[in-house]
Amino acid sequence: MIPVCRLADLPTGESVRIDTAPPIAVFHAEGQLYAIDDTCTHQDASLADGWLEGCLVECPLHAATFDLRTGAPTCLPARRAVRTHPVTVEDGMIYVQHAAEEGTAA
Amino acid sequence: MKSVAVIGASLAGLYAARALRAQGFDGRLVIVGDERHRPYDRPPLSKDFLTGTTGQDQLALADAEEIAELDAEWLLGTEATGLDTGGRTVLLDGGRSLTTDGVVIATGAAPRRLPGPVPAGAHTLRTLDDAQALRADLTRGPVRVVVIGGGFIGAEVASSCTALGHHVTVVEAAPLPLVPQLGDTMAGICSALHADHGVTLLTGTGVARLHSGGAAHHVTGVELADGRLLPADVVVTGIGVRPRTAWLAGSGLPLDDGVRCDAGGVTPLPQVVAVGDVARVAGTRSEHWTSATEQAATAVENLLAGSTVATHRNLPYFWSDQYGVRIQFAGRRLPGDTPRVLEGSPEDRSFLACYERDGHPTAVLALNRPRPFMRHRRALARAAEPAIT
Repeated sequence: MIPVCRLADLPTGESVRIDTAPPIAVFHAEGQLYAIDDTCTHQDASLADGWLEGCLVECPLHAATFDLRTGAPTCLPARRAVRTHPVTVEDGMIYVQHAAEEGTAA
Repeated sequence: MKSVAVIGASLAGLYAARALRAQGFDGRLVIVGDERHRPYDRPPLSKDFLTGTTGQDQLALADAEEIAELDAEWLLGTEATGLDTGGRTVLLDGGRSLTTDGVVIATGAAPRRLPGPVPAGAHTLRTLDDAQALRADLTRGPVRVVVIGGGFIGAEVASSCTALGHHVTVVEAAPLPLVPQLGDTMAGICSALHADHGVTLLTGTGVARLHSGGAAHHVTGVELADGRLLPADVVVTGIGVRPRTAWLAGSGLPLDDGVRCDAGGVTPLPQVVAVGDVARVAGTRSEHWTSATEQAATAVENLLAGSTVATHRNLPYFWSDQYGVRIQFAGRRLPGDTPRVLEGSPEDRSFLACYERDGHPTAVLALNRPRPFMRHRRALARAAEPAIT
């Protein structure tokens, strides 16, 4: 379990990057927390810097969009999914469980 | 329309082919590309590909599954040599030809070159083959690199060469590089990145000629117009591009710094559209990655409709990665627009500036500020929307 930050410090619409290897982006979207691999599968850009709209995040470099619930790209130029990671909140603290390398998406 | 030929198999051509299928075209689709490679992404060629952190397989723009779905005939390593608009025929090298109902012109642009012979060790950078040849010259230990042209490609190459441990000098003919794109103040800030990283930037001087020697006629130096001689083992020329329209000479299409077309990418012939670097859309030729992808859907819609039913007027956007700094720009800046730093500081090479005209924002520039940049870029795009007719 990787501690991220306090829930109170991540209001709805905000995101934060944690410097795991590879880095993970945690989003607070519409009352729900999501964690995905931070690096866009198209080219090197941080999705935590992206544009959050509903359950979708748009890459800040080339506008590839990913569904936070599944990690799947919803439009080009990305073609590969990012991995998703389970998020929990305990005592007001956000934690991410790093998905195993052989996890969801190839 | 039963058949469409897409001439050009890079970003714009691929996106046009995708758009054709996505918009329901189920006829014969032929994609002609002069390079032997399937569509690949060019931006990394001057950056991560040159430094070796991105491999060739990561450059592919489409995977095998998508290639299969496109159901296209690929004529790669094949150059289009002419277009007979009356006979609906595309002429190909080797005396072959291709009959087609519709044509998407996506032949891109080619690097401008210095006059005179090209000695070994002297490069331009546009294609994967160019990048591989340059990379081969950069992986045999530290060398002296002279980059001719201080624009974005030149700056990115200089940055990559520096990261590889080479000694780099950049030569720029103008008093300051990047002024046409960024204006004086911001061009000065971005150009200072060279000095930050130990790269010499020589401005206000053109190049007289390249020196070469030895049996291999390998480049030995760059002679400047003012007489100075810069010793060089590798020279990279990045002095802009020319749209690739030579093959269209005699086709009757208006050629004037690109294929002239309307705001929907349509030429005076409704069955011929143009997209990407080669297209001069409503008077403007854009050399940006994002424009190439966005123009394709519009042009294809018009091609299939048989007339201009949609126009493209998205906000111009480009980015550049150099010396660990991500530069992003969006908008329509005119000379005289005043940049104002809204956050961060130019000294830290991390800031966001808005260009303003009469108190209204016209463009936004950010160094290492992707998040606020996106916010401003979206606001600019929204503000531009009512202008669409």
